[in-house]
Amino acid sequence: MAEALTRATGAARAAAGRRAHYRRRYWAFALPAAAIVLAVIVFPWLFTLYMSVHEWEPSGGALFMGLGNYLKLAADARFAWAILRTLYFAALAVAAPVILGVAAALAFNERFPLRGLARTVFILPMMATPVAIALVWSMMFHPQLGVLNYLLSALGLPPASWTYSADTVIPTLALVETWQWTPLVMLIVLGGLASLPRDPYEAALLDGAGAWQTFRHITLPLIWPFIVVAGVIRTIDALKSFDVIYVITQGGPGTASETINIFLYQQAFAYYHLGYAGAVTVVFFILIIAVSLVLLAMRQRAKWQ
Amino acid sequence: MAVRRRSKAARLAKRAGLGLSVLALVSPAAFVFLWMLSLSLKNEVDNMAFPPVFVPHPPTFANFVKVFAENDFLRYTVNSCIVSFSATALALAIGVPAGYGIAKARAARAAMLILIARITPGLSYLIPLFLLFQWLGLLGTLTPIVITHLVITVPIVVWVMIGFFEGLPRELEEAALVDGATIWQAFRHVALPLARPGVTVATILAFIFSWNNFLFGIVLAGRTTRTLPVAVYNVLTFEQVSWGPLAAAALVVTAPVLLLTLLAQKEIVAGLTAGGVKGG
Repeated sequence: MAEALTRATGAARAAAGRRAHYRRRYWAFALPAAAIVLAVIVFPWLFTLYMSVHEWEPSGGALFMGLGNYLKLAADARFAWAILRTLYFAALAVAAPVILGVAAALAFNERFPLRGLARTVFILPMMATPVAIALVWSMMFHPQLGVLNYLLSALGLPPASWTYSADTVIPTLALVETWQWTPLVMLIVLGGLASLPRDPYEAALLDGAGAWQTFRHITLPLIWPFIVVAGVIRTIDALKSFDVIYVITQGGPGTASETINIFLYQQAFAYYHLGYAGAVTVVFFILIIAVSLVLLAMRQRAKWQ
Repeated sequence: MAVRRRSKAARLAKRAGLGLSVLALVSPAAFVFLWMLSLSLKNEVDNMAFPPVFVPHPPTFANFVKVFAENDFLRYTVNSCIVSFSATALALAIGVPAGYGIAKARAARAAMLILIARITPGLSYLIPLFLLFQWLGLLGTLTPIVITHLVITVPIVVWVMIGFFEGLPRELEEAALVDGATIWQAFRHVALPLARPGVTVATILAFIFSWNNFLFGIVLAGRTTRTLPVAVYNVLTFEQVSWGPLAAAALVVTAPVLLLTLLAQKEIVAGLTAGGVKGG
């Protein structure tokens, strides 16, 4: 008996030792990927840092200029506006998809006929090629011939100027982004709903709780972590949104929809200010990391409370 | 009796409310795609009509013929296929073992690196890589486009595979190791066959997000190396006035992805719910 026990613990210890030994050897599996990540992800990060402290000549020479690009950037009003615009766009393009996505997840969590088909149609916007759908939306936004203004007039509403006016262009682009990315929020929250325990609901039913009370006090707290994850992902994607804005407006009218990403693209590939673009990239990256950290910290606090 | 009737009415009202909200959620998605189809099948007179003509009568395929005749869309389709298939295959070849290694070594920091790659804006990779490819003289070929697409496909594959390999019971592989198999054999013959559903999910997602990518192509592609999204954008800049060919081109580009979504919606839902991955 005792002997069998010693042998068993000895075997367990050997297995644990073997596992630790293998853990180191499993690194070999990641080596090719590590090489690729170094070449196409880490190298660009480091090179961008190097670039941002240089002035790049069209001929190919690089002139060291310290923090000159950053100082110039700090004084660039066009960049300051781009930051404000990006935050405005992101606020709209996060809030709307998160609220609608939670509602959609609750709806798709119920059983109803043709649910599979309805869900597939609902997720098509996020899988479709962004350039293609941006094109269709830009035709729908046409002030005279567009189908959207026709639908508004059919409802007795005045026509809107959509992407053709500086006042409405950002909310309009946020509308397209909402249309496109609400499904992702829905999928993440739906995953949360699928993992909910049944007991609290049975208890609530016995206590005679209404549908809203059940949602507010049971469902919402339980799926909150999923909503936060969806919110963080959505925020990061909204901050770096490019395709839809570039195809529909290219930052216009004027610079009314020029977000940081569009500004960066123009500096790098329209004006070839590569050093300056490097500095923009670094600031942009820090902004995205900072916003994500703030959101994740909020999530931690929510967890502790 | 009266109570039961009221609860029946309440249930009916709830069903009706659910039906209406599902309709409200699904119809914007359906409308945009149906409108794209409608625009692509109408002649120019109907497309410019106000009030708009909704149902093409009779439908015409002239717009599709025009797109393929006036632009080199066949070549761009081939380009897109080469780029997305190569970028997906390469990402699987290096990403599946990497996902296994990271899951087994429980290397949280390596997983973090993948997450940061996911957060970084695509443009910030592009400027240094553009200079590098220019210096190497590779601009104007498909190689730089395939390489930059790895920025999208590798993190997706690694991320999805970490999740799948972590979910596998480790007893089976350990039994194989005790029997004298090498860790490569344990991976190849035990873990990999079990993780096949994960490989399917990773393949589909990597392919779709590579196919959809616009940013890398617009910077790196020359006249002959355009991928489909870039080619469509070029149709827009040159033919702003005619909507039929534009809509037809948009449909050609996105149809393979929509078809794949319809066929593999279960896998796509599983993959996206698990990690919230997205390229770009």
